[in-house]
Amino acid sequence: MKAYLTRRYRFSASHRLHCDAMSAEENQRVYGKCNNSFGHGHNYALEVTVAGQVEPKTGMVCNLADLDSFVKQKILKRFEHENLNYLEEFHSVVPTTENLCIEIYRILEQGFHLAKLEKVRMEETMLNSFEYAGGREIGR
Amino acid sequence: MVYLTRKAEFSASHYYHNPEFTPEENQRLFGKCNNPHGHGHNYTLEVTVKGQVDQRSGFVVDLKELKKIMNREVLDAVDHRFLNQEVKEFRDRIPTTENLAIAIWNWLEPKLKVAQLHRVRLYETQDLFVDYYGEA
Repeated sequence: MKAYLTRRYRFSASHRLHCDAMSAEENQRVYGKCNNSFGHGHNYALEVTVAGQVEPKTGMVCNLADLDSFVKQKILKRFEHENLNYLEEFHSVVPTTENLCIEIYRILEQGFHLAKLEKVRMEETMLNSFEYAGGREIGR
Repeated sequence: MVYLTRKAEFSASHYYHNPEFTPEENQRLFGKCNNPHGHGHNYTLEVTVKGQVDQRSGFVVDLKELKKIMNREVLDAVDHRFLNQEVKEFRDRIPTTENLAIAIWNWLEPKLKVAQLHRVRLYETQDLFVDYYGEA
């Protein structure tokens, strides 16, 4: 039987939304307060969903300890209390939460092979959330 | 098609153990969850049903009826219970959140004449939940 397991994590980071290809006025118009040159921060919530058959011997889709350990090592350690703009992956990519979702999905897809990755969902604030499933439509 | 979700809360205890594994294997695989005396959670259950809106009532489902079925089929069976010992589904199956979500689907689905069951979402904690859509 196929089930979907979602685990929620939290981290805090800062960023500034700014695109070098745009003029100062355009950046201001597009990004508004998020363009403040000193940056600003968020408490992000990250939800990772994996899917698969429930293994009869363990009753699990995926051992949570394995998923937690991967996410802690490869994602939380990477982004926790960082200024995202200073990280290599955001040198030429604007660190919007859309792009952060895509980057986190990429890290999981490339490195975590103990269950099938279904989607990544991120809350930037309590009012904004973003989902990415590797470009697939999210039907469920 | 309109989707309606009803929430419920219950508290129960469980532990994870597979008698086919050695004690060391059980400990390695299940960690703290292997404590045979059990431990508990406050679960939150979300039951989503779907259907057309009835022209006369404006309802997808009569919530009173849905609530009654959820109380009878699920909460009466699991609320303030030790899942491993008191719920027959878990005599020979580990009461993980995955298996509990599937059991809840199997209890509700045949009894729900009033609407079509779409999803069972079960939160074990605020940071962990399982979705089951009745898929094989």
